[in-house]
Amino acid sequence: MDYFGLYNYWIVIFLMMTGFYIVISRDNLIKKLIGLNIFQTSVFLLFITMGKVKGGTAPIINHHFDTYSNPLPHVLILTAIVVGVATMAVGLSLVVRINEAYHTIEEDDIHLVEEEP
Amino acid sequence: MIRENLPALQVVIPLMAAPICILFKNGRAAYGIALAATLFAFGAAISLLTQVLGVGPISYELGGWAAPWGIEYRVDYLSGFVLVLVSGMGVVVQLFSPASIKREIDEEKHYLFHCAFLLCLTGLLGIVITGDAFNVFVFLEISALSSYILISLGKHRRALTSAYQYLIMGTIGSTFILIGIGLLYMMTGTLNMADIAARIGPVATTRTVLAAFAFFTVGVSIKMALFPLHLWLPNAYAYAPSVVTAFLAATATKVAVYVLIRFTFTIFGEHFAFEETPVATLLMPLALIGIVVASSIAIFQKSVKRMLAYSSVAQIGYIVLGVSFVSVTGLTGGIVHLFNHALMKGGLFLAVACVVLRIGSDRIDDFAGLGRRMPVTMFAFVVAGLSMIGVPLTVGFISKWFLIQAAIEKGWWPVAALVLLSSLLAVAYIWRVVEIAYFRKPPEGEDRITEAPVSMLLPMGALILATIFFGLNTEATAGVARQAAEYLMGAVR
Repeated sequence: MDYFGLYNYWIVIFLMMTGFYIVISRDNLIKKLIGLNIFQTSVFLLFITMGKVKGGTAPIINHHFDTYSNPLPHVLILTAIVVGVATMAVGLSLVVRINEAYHTIEEDDIHLVEEEP
Repeated sequence: MIRENLPALQVVIPLMAAPICILFKNGRAAYGIALAATLFAFGAAISLLTQVLGVGPISYELGGWAAPWGIEYRVDYLSGFVLVLVSGMGVVVQLFSPASIKREIDEEKHYLFHCAFLLCLTGLLGIVITGDAFNVFVFLEISALSSYILISLGKHRRALTSAYQYLIMGTIGSTFILIGIGLLYMMTGTLNMADIAARIGPVATTRTVLAAFAFFTVGVSIKMALFPLHLWLPNAYAYAPSVVTAFLAATATKVAVYVLIRFTFTIFGEHFAFEETPVATLLMPLALIGIVVASSIAIFQKSVKRMLAYSSVAQIGYIVLGVSFVSVTGLTGGIVHLFNHALMKGGLFLAVACVVLRIGSDRIDDFAGLGRRMPVTMFAFVVAGLSMIGVPLTVGFISKWFLIQAAIEKGWWPVAALVLLSSLLAVAYIWRVVEIAYFRKPPEGEDRITEAPVSMLLPMGALILATIFFGLNTEATAGVARQAAEYLMGAVR
């Protein structure tokens, strides 16, 4: 097995776990969202990586080349990026509203406020 | 022309109606459009289901591009059935909503509510009708994003934190599903569900496909709030506006279960999913623990909405239990319960919505004396509650009957016993509400409380009648569910 040749996948796993860890460990609601975004981005990279064909060039027809990368994952990820942007937008606007309602965006402080009768 | 393109219109009409609601910037106009679009979706779903029952599954090529290159919309027994359920609940909730949202959502946000509602409906219908794996992810996100918005419309500020929590959990769930779809695409080179199913055989035992299945199962379990991944659900249901809770409880988690059934049986195939991997031995204990634990937690809730939310987690357990039997009877039970639970939980949440409209609270203590003050609403609550327990002549009985039958078929007596015993837990939490509403004296000076308006009672009454109608006339639901189950189990290679 050629482990190093697949280094893109190592990066994917690293990014994925980084993002996931941030989501779990951070208290700050915005940092959590950033973590979530890193987590999603790693999946974009996963898709792009699997579209790569060895020796292939960008999928634009040209008579100099006969091997092209698979364009379908790129298209899928364009959609997924839009989904990611939308999620981020909704998430951030929720944080703005939470900040207005609680005057804090730290999860611990919100719990404290909630526990007060 | 319209009939031919019905599968596309089923999704496109609500999708197009959503931005039109925004253009009008007027609650009433938006309501008219939303109601018209939802009614159309319901009509289309019924028409599609009758076509499927008549001539078999329908395949529709979107934009004229043939599958597996183009996106295929596919209506078979199961998807036709779930389409009718989702759009039907949409109609009931839309008819019910005006008076309720008037109290619970600010007037100037009404048109936004209708827009988000339509988008959510679009997403749910899209997930069910599509035959393309990536399309499932896109529609999943459309419905999820709009449901975050719907939940955050709740009056209490906790609605915001609940929506945020749901957003984090939901996005992790759908990203897991996306990873699963990606890994599947990697091994099969296609996204069309039927095509993946045809090509997965030779690569089924590779680690990549196993990883795909693992990611997918965890992701979809978050989405359907299977115990112990249900933590987002109680808060989201408790603080969302009442109509939103009724709609999401009746449809969103059910559609997630649909995705589970669709992927495990149609794409991965039951042989791979349940024999090569220990998924069944994992799902069944989780379902059983979920039923017992969530029902027990429900007994101790102070808020009725929250209590019903925990009960929803338990009911998802019953549905997943049915699926994990991997037999025609079990799957029939799961699919029937998917439908029946939507009816009764929808009815219960609508009854709570009526109470919230009149007394402005869903605390269980505030229900005191409501049996006299709001007789129709509380009667509806009792009937739907009886169904939740599984009393004969109601739909709840039918589902439990199938589940117990499936357990006995396999000779798993403890499972059958547990299903019966867990009904007692349902008796406990439903009885608490009934006792307070009928036998506790209302507080002084609460004579003003009157019955909810007819505009709300009628849709709620329709649901309650449906729980009894389908409890007596099992052919309509159990017949279709059995056909769907046989078709799914027969789709095995």
